[in-house]
Amino acid sequence: MTAMTYPLSADVQKQQAMQEPAWIRMFLIGLTLIFLTLFLFIPLISVFYEAFKKGADVYLAAITDPDAVAAIKLTLTIAAIAVPLNLLFGVAAAWAIAKFEFRGKNLLITLIDLPFSVSPVVSGLIYVLVFGLQGWFGSWLAEHDMKIIFAVPGIVLATVFVTVPFIARELIPLMQEQGTEEEEAAVVLGASGWQTFYQVTLPNIKWGLLYGAILCNARAMGEFGAVSVVSGHIRGSTNTMPLHVEILYNEYNFAAAFAVASLLALLALVTLALKTLIEFRNQQHQQRGHE
Amino acid sequence: MSIEVLNLSKQFGTFTALHDVSLQVHSGELLALLGPSGSGKTTLLRVIAGLETTDSGQVLFHGEDATDQHVRERQVGFVFQHYALFRNMTIFENVAFGLRVRPKKFRPSNTEIRERVMKLLHLVQLDWLADRYPHQLSGGQRQRIALARALAVEPKVLLLDEPFGALDAKVRKELRSWLRRLHDDMHITSVFVTHDQEEALEVADRVVVMNEGRIEQIGTPDEVYENPASPFVYEFLGNVNLFHSRLHRGRAWIGAIEVEAPEHAEAEEVAAIAYVRPHEIEVERKQNGDAALAALVVHVLSVGPIVRLELVRKNDIDITPIQVEISKERFRELQLVKGDEVFIKPRRLSLFPNHQNKGNETAQAC
Repeated sequence: MTAMTYPLSADVQKQQAMQEPAWIRMFLIGLTLIFLTLFLFIPLISVFYEAFKKGADVYLAAITDPDAVAAIKLTLTIAAIAVPLNLLFGVAAAWAIAKFEFRGKNLLITLIDLPFSVSPVVSGLIYVLVFGLQGWFGSWLAEHDMKIIFAVPGIVLATVFVTVPFIARELIPLMQEQGTEEEEAAVVLGASGWQTFYQVTLPNIKWGLLYGAILCNARAMGEFGAVSVVSGHIRGSTNTMPLHVEILYNEYNFAAAFAVASLLALLALVTLALKTLIEFRNQQHQQRGHE
Repeated sequence: MSIEVLNLSKQFGTFTALHDVSLQVHSGELLALLGPSGSGKTTLLRVIAGLETTDSGQVLFHGEDATDQHVRERQVGFVFQHYALFRNMTIFENVAFGLRVRPKKFRPSNTEIRERVMKLLHLVQLDWLADRYPHQLSGGQRQRIALARALAVEPKVLLLDEPFGALDAKVRKELRSWLRRLHDDMHITSVFVTHDQEEALEVADRVVVMNEGRIEQIGTPDEVYENPASPFVYEFLGNVNLFHSRLHRGRAWIGAIEVEAPEHAEAEEVAAIAYVRPHEIEVERKQNGDAALAALVVHVLSVGPIVRLELVRKNDIDITPIQVEISKERFRELQLVKGDEVFIKPRRLSLFPNHQNKGNETAQAC
């Protein structure tokens, strides 16, 4: 009878074959936990701790300060412009790459990745070089009384550039995997280009699109380097939230700095929660598609 | 609705997918495009549908030039190999899609749409699945839904790209006889692409055999099977044995066997290859006067009512075995076992002078 209990199911056997000794597992998990505690949890908690250290009144005063409110408004405005622009660009680029064959496709994919590989400071400097007073278009812009650098348009440009890859990178593999057959089927059945996009393509990519948009938004609100170079740090006018935090911190106004920073940290937490939710939904969606 | 294809050519980079192809599809017939992968059959189908453009040539629907017509306006039904059902829509919405996207003036009312979709789902015997999603269906069911969806817009022609290619053998057989019955009821001009010769011969009214972007032969299943027009068709449609032979003024020799070949009356000492189907070879125990080829039985395989023999010619440098099929009765009469000596003679053969053949090194030497 002992032989009856001996054979294990294939799954269990495979699991055991793949499993490391207990101490290695404990060590790896422990190491990860220590790392996360040191570099993530403690800083995150300290942000909120420092923000509320001098009481809720100080916290509220810091985030209702006119300069802080202006910074929050500006940050929201920038995100409200940059995210839709990148949605448009991301879908267009992913569509072109996934559904058409053309020369220079790989180059285009590489170019989309460029903002990830270039230091944000450099991206900012490029815009100063092009649109700044001493830049290529500087004198022309000055003559026509248009301000891009040290003004909101510059910040939008820099933010759009830095956040370009998020949506496109998310959609390209998804759309490549789905292929063009469903679109072809729709067109053969008489659907117009817009009907095909709206009723067939969009529903198939909506979770990926949302996921990309949320990451894009988080970065658009949090971008520091590129924005710092082009903004000019004019309080109440071209100061975004991250820049405002820096200014307050440099003025030794720690409570206010951490108060504004806590809003950004909160944004990160909300983003994380949304991202997890979407990943979960997306997984369900993909399982449906694959079965 | 007839379809006419005139001098189509299509190039993908350096690869020629279609090479001056002309073809006529009669109204109401079920035509098979048969060929190995890369033969251009799918490209031809997609060109007819308007999913692919051509470099030159014309497509006519009912005598009218449709070459520059957009896919959307061609009113064709297209069934894809991997079904291409809309994964985010229910089965009902999938079938209704073609009606729903019509401009308002031509769009049937919701009740009409409902009626027509349910009728089609009934036709493909899947009306009980209307509220499911594609991922909940089996491959065979999905393909039937794809067909219902294509028929919903009342297409003038139906085009099917390897419709049963992704299904397992049993479902494939069921579906193809079902398709044949469906076509007999509806008489819609249909073209389907397949690489499975059995499927083409069994289902189609006429078969177009394609190879390397060209049409090798067009004919009824019987014609292409019984009288292949080229060595390629011979080899592609079923098993065949190749024998080296010699042609001279209307006569051919395979070893000591001499046969009439009136269609090659002009030939002067030409090397040729004789194509012989496995069931068209006579097997005898003894040489009964007539010239025959001596061979040894190397393998005996009994499959149902027929027995497959593998023979190797005696005094032969080439050891490619000869495939022979005989009836079980004949096999009992002969009482053959491995190692026996037999004498064989082709009952019927086709001769192709050597310049027509490429890559037939496996032919039996004389």
